[in-house]
Amino acid sequence: MNLIIKKEQWINLAIVASTLWFMWFAQTHFDEYTVRILNNIAIFTILAVSYNLINGVTGQFSLEPNGFVAIGAYVAALLLLDGDAKEYQYDIEDPYPWVLLLHANFVWALFFAGTFSAILALILSFPVFRVRGDYLAIVTLGFGFIIRIIAINNPEVTNGSLGLNDIPEYSNLYWTGGIATLAVIGILNIIYSKYGRAMKAIRDDEDAAIAMGVNTFKVKTLAFCTSAFLEGVGGGLLAALLTSISPDLFTFFFTFQLLIIIVLGGLGSTTGAIIGTILVIGGSEWMRFLDEPMNFGFMETPAMPGMRMVVFSVILIFVMLFAREGIMGKRELKDLFKKRGES
Amino acid sequence: MDFTVFMQQMVNGFSLGSMYALIAIGYTMVYGVLRLINFAHGDIMMVGAFLGYFGVSILGLPFPAAVLLAVVGSAALGMLTDKIAYRPLRSAPKISLLITAIGISFFLENAFNVFFGGTPRAFPVPEYMEIILSLGGLTFSVASLMVPIVTLILLAIILWILFKTKYGMAIRALAFDVNTVNLMGIDANRIIMIVFGIGSALAAVGGIFWAVNYPSVEPMMGVLIGLKAFAAAVVGGIGSVAGAVIGGFIIGFTEVVVVAFLPEYGGYKDAFAFVLLILVLLFKPTGILGLNFDKSRF
Repeated sequence: MNLIIKKEQWINLAIVASTLWFMWFAQTHFDEYTVRILNNIAIFTILAVSYNLINGVTGQFSLEPNGFVAIGAYVAALLLLDGDAKEYQYDIEDPYPWVLLLHANFVWALFFAGTFSAILALILSFPVFRVRGDYLAIVTLGFGFIIRIIAINNPEVTNGSLGLNDIPEYSNLYWTGGIATLAVIGILNIIYSKYGRAMKAIRDDEDAAIAMGVNTFKVKTLAFCTSAFLEGVGGGLLAALLTSISPDLFTFFFTFQLLIIIVLGGLGSTTGAIIGTILVIGGSEWMRFLDEPMNFGFMETPAMPGMRMVVFSVILIFVMLFAREGIMGKRELKDLFKKRGES
Repeated sequence: MDFTVFMQQMVNGFSLGSMYALIAIGYTMVYGVLRLINFAHGDIMMVGAFLGYFGVSILGLPFPAAVLLAVVGSAALGMLTDKIAYRPLRSAPKISLLITAIGISFFLENAFNVFFGGTPRAFPVPEYMEIILSLGGLTFSVASLMVPIVTLILLAIILWILFKTKYGMAIRALAFDVNTVNLMGIDANRIIMIVFGIGSALAAVGGIFWAVNYPSVEPMMGVLIGLKAFAAAVVGGIGSVAGAVIGGFIIGFTEVVVVAFLPEYGGYKDAFAFVLLILVLLFKPTGILGLNFDKSRF
């Protein structure tokens, strides 16, 4: 028994080490375009594993990522831009004096981005988790819209629909890949802790979980706030990668992409979320051809912007109807090496 | 504030509230029988508005015929989504059903966006609906007068179906227990399909009214309206048809009143329904009609 655990730890260490080595290798050897896609994959890995925690592991259907990512991106951007950089780009209204004073280094900016998201998640938890039912989905869907409305209507803070530009480009593969690795380790530790078992219990049978003495409100709130924290951090990384953000960046499509990622990978599997991220984010670069004009030899189709999204939604519906388990089901990487019957 | 301005806003609120009510009924009925938030409902409303638009401007149909086309088309679409997307998942975990619903919603929005373009199209409003009536200082168009009247007539019909017909009895029974309904020899799937048909037909009427009052149609129109209508259903008490109508009026009135009397918050107009939803969930999750979640329905 002891031997098996040791072997597992070695495998985990090897995986982490090779991931970090790959980050270094990619950052120093690959061209800019590939590094950018890898950065995207790393950020979306953070978002997908945290989104999976509330949707897949706890089984509470939520549509929150675009809202919390937007908050994280705005908080981080406001902290990263210094006073002078802000002063000249606020064209719609003059910024409030306190907005100009906000300044912090990258680590604190990411920390505050996550914390702010988590606090908002905590506030949202009270109306949605005290009642049974699927209100989380509709409230978080509305929340994404409200964040956008607030960002547009408060140009003194957010520069309205113009968004914030010239954000210092701090994100590189060391940051995004490093935080993604930490996020995956952290999420896996939660899943294998007693809280993680309580989350799975709520997913599988909420009544039974209550009967066993699980404080469902506390466990759901924990899952939701952890997701929100990591999504805020991911938003901060995204802002520092893209260098400019605007309210239109964080539409519902953002959430929809993450939903496809975790459904395709297998709801409830962190390994699946990572596989799904690589497939969908890598694949959506490849699928750009769908939006462009096509020549089939016998006929030509005009450019159809948005065709990708139609294909995405069809994929989602098909996976749900015909392959509900996705690629990994609820299994993790290490479950694949187990003999049948062992659990 | 003088009395005429106040009454004018009441008239506007009544009209807006009716449209939310028509859409909210579909949400509440589907929730009643399946415990499903049908995310695609707002988009079925959008399809209804588009069908009305195509009926008038491309097929050249008279307005009532275009409305009929929209109602029939939307009802068929609603029943089709149930049959191909929701029915295979009846025994699946709830989250699969919700994900499929959001998939259908996103599919309809983007398919219409790709094939018909995202720019709003002007809706050809028939001339007799644009006539402005004035009554004691109040002015309103025929369209805004027709909306509440039609809504009340449709509500009466729905309540009659629910409480006076065998189908209505089956729908109410379904809200209690699907298995028992099946044991009684009623085809539950057929009844659920009828519920989707009724809800989608009402959504089409709501969508056309929307298109007439704010004369344009666009593929994303269903998102926000759908969200507000769902909030209306929860505010009124989800599962209750009368509650959906009350909730619709409350959301409609709040929006009109706040925009009229607190114009500096006009930019947040779309957020009020959401705030109301949060407040209801915090203080009275069963909604205004206060139906017990596990006992009575409709």
